[in-house]
Amino acid sequence: MMSRKIFGIPLPYILGALLVGLIVTVVLILTVGVGLYNMLADGSYNTPIACEQSEGCRVLQPILFTALFLFIVVTGFAYTTLLERKFIAWFQQRVGPNRVGPSGLLQPAADGVKLIFKEDIMPAKAYKFVYILAPMIKVVPVLIVMAVTPLGPRVTIPWFDGHWYNLPLYVADINVGILWILAITSIATYGVALAGWSSNNKYAMLGALRATAQMISYELALGLAMVVPVMLAGTMSIIGIIEAQSGSPLNWFVFQNPLAAAILMIALLAETNRAPFDLPEAEQELTAGYMTEYSGMKFALFMMAEYLGMIGSSLIAASLFFGGYHFFLVESAPFLGPIFMIAKVVLFLIGFIWVRATLPRIRYDRLMSFGWKVLLPLSLLSVVWTAIAVVIGDVFGPVGYTIVSGALFVVLIGGAYFAFFRKPEADPDAAEIEFDPVITGERGGAGWVALQVVGGMLSVPFVLYKNTISLLDKLATLAPEDKPQTNAIEPTASGDSSGAGGAD
Amino acid sequence: MALQQFAPIAVMIVMAVALTFIILVISRIFGPYRPTSRKNAPYESGMKPIGPGTRRMPVKFYLVAVLFILFDIEVIFFLPYAVVLRDLGIYGLVTMGLFLFILTVGLVYEWKKGALEWE
Repeated sequence: MMSRKIFGIPLPYILGALLVGLIVTVVLILTVGVGLYNMLADGSYNTPIACEQSEGCRVLQPILFTALFLFIVVTGFAYTTLLERKFIAWFQQRVGPNRVGPSGLLQPAADGVKLIFKEDIMPAKAYKFVYILAPMIKVVPVLIVMAVTPLGPRVTIPWFDGHWYNLPLYVADINVGILWILAITSIATYGVALAGWSSNNKYAMLGALRATAQMISYELALGLAMVVPVMLAGTMSIIGIIEAQSGSPLNWFVFQNPLAAAILMIALLAETNRAPFDLPEAEQELTAGYMTEYSGMKFALFMMAEYLGMIGSSLIAASLFFGGYHFFLVESAPFLGPIFMIAKVVLFLIGFIWVRATLPRIRYDRLMSFGWKVLLPLSLLSVVWTAIAVVIGDVFGPVGYTIVSGALFVVLIGGAYFAFFRKPEADPDAAEIEFDPVITGERGGAGWVALQVVGGMLSVPFVLYKNTISLLDKLATLAPEDKPQTNAIEPTASGDSSGAGGAD
Repeated sequence: MALQQFAPIAVMIVMAVALTFIILVISRIFGPYRPTSRKNAPYESGMKPIGPGTRRMPVKFYLVAVLFILFDIEVIFFLPYAVVLRDLGIYGLVTMGLFLFILTVGLVYEWKKGALEWE
């Protein structure tokens, strides 16, 4: 037998260790399987112990769940980087990472290992304590913001002591959840400011200034957009807000106030410094912004903060406006909740990446004026809209709510049309404004896209209403002579379009 | 009871701080550390750094910070109102409308004054 060695260990030793490991695994699986079968058979599944009533569960659940949650989120961060690189590659008709592991699946691990073995440069003129502290101040808030966003509803799981426990799938359900999110996200701003200041570098300083001003400007719109779900649900607890959206997807708050949802998502993009709001990291002007002097694992911490921020933003947006873990069947099968939640988060992440691949970076003065002159008044408007609609709805019933909400829809659409599509006046800046894709809503610009999305969302209730009315009409008449008439309309329409196509 | 809700968050804070700390320590253990004076100089696109790294900043950023404080307080005042919106009814709506009106007048004023221009 050849003395083959792997990592300096003789092959027989490795095989022996593998065999022992296999035996231990089989024994463990058998034990757990038999235990689980007994626990399923004795019917104790129907009488689970609530976690709050068990002393051990109250201590163990936060610790174990937090560890699991951090593991999920950090793994999610690693694979978000891969997701982004793959999607950006596909958007640009490239292949993307495909060398490490099957179709590049081990790329994040390779990146992590590489960054661990990189040198951690300490700039000579940096303020050392703050320089080391800043990445931690940036990452820790981004992690602990997710303490209040649940992964799923309460689920029942077996435990080793032979009982079933009914556990919550969140770290904490505090009654000031929204305030917690607002407070902790603003701490992350300190990380950016301190990183730029302590690096003692001009690029870092400018990047940090820009990032700070941008983050605090968009935080206003973010906070005001977060007021809307609080008004609709009547509680600041994230769990309460999600439970208020239970039932069918039509109960999601995005259908009650799409304007606030759109503002929230734009503001979250700006808060995480993602494209098209990645001014602090504009490499053509500022190299890497506030991260310029950072290298090795400290740089990785900033990247981690960015991608964890994306995950956290997706969790927040999904919880506040898109029903959280609710979709179909979650009430009867709670274990579906985490799957829906993660699916929504992945969809939002793909949206983030899509936006990055599509939109160019906007200029700094436009960024600030967009935040202060467009998003802030619009978010005030959305708050007023929901406040009036909810109060009127309480006084006059759901009909009043629908009427007020619909009237405000119309006013909003009219105002948006007037603001975006009116002719530019003959002022000296007209030529410049005319070509500004964000402000004028030029076809294909950011404002235009936002308007299209909002308009599309707004049209959903009207389309539903119209179709329902026509369906009711059909059902009401049900006369045979009506049928040719209703059928006659659609062939003309399709005939027209096909005729036009043929003419082309 | 109220404070017990926050105990899991304390656990999470401890774990998050420990995680970042471990990451920093790991890179210090495994990474090389061979400083040279050139390597540790502040990065300025390959040139020798001119002047101090932290300079005076444009006063606009202070203006943004002041305006932020003003409006952030507005946001914070909105949140408790939003919780009891249904209980207060029309009375609360009118009151908060007045509050919002005053702040909107402030916003319009600073807009007209040019505080939001970034020239």
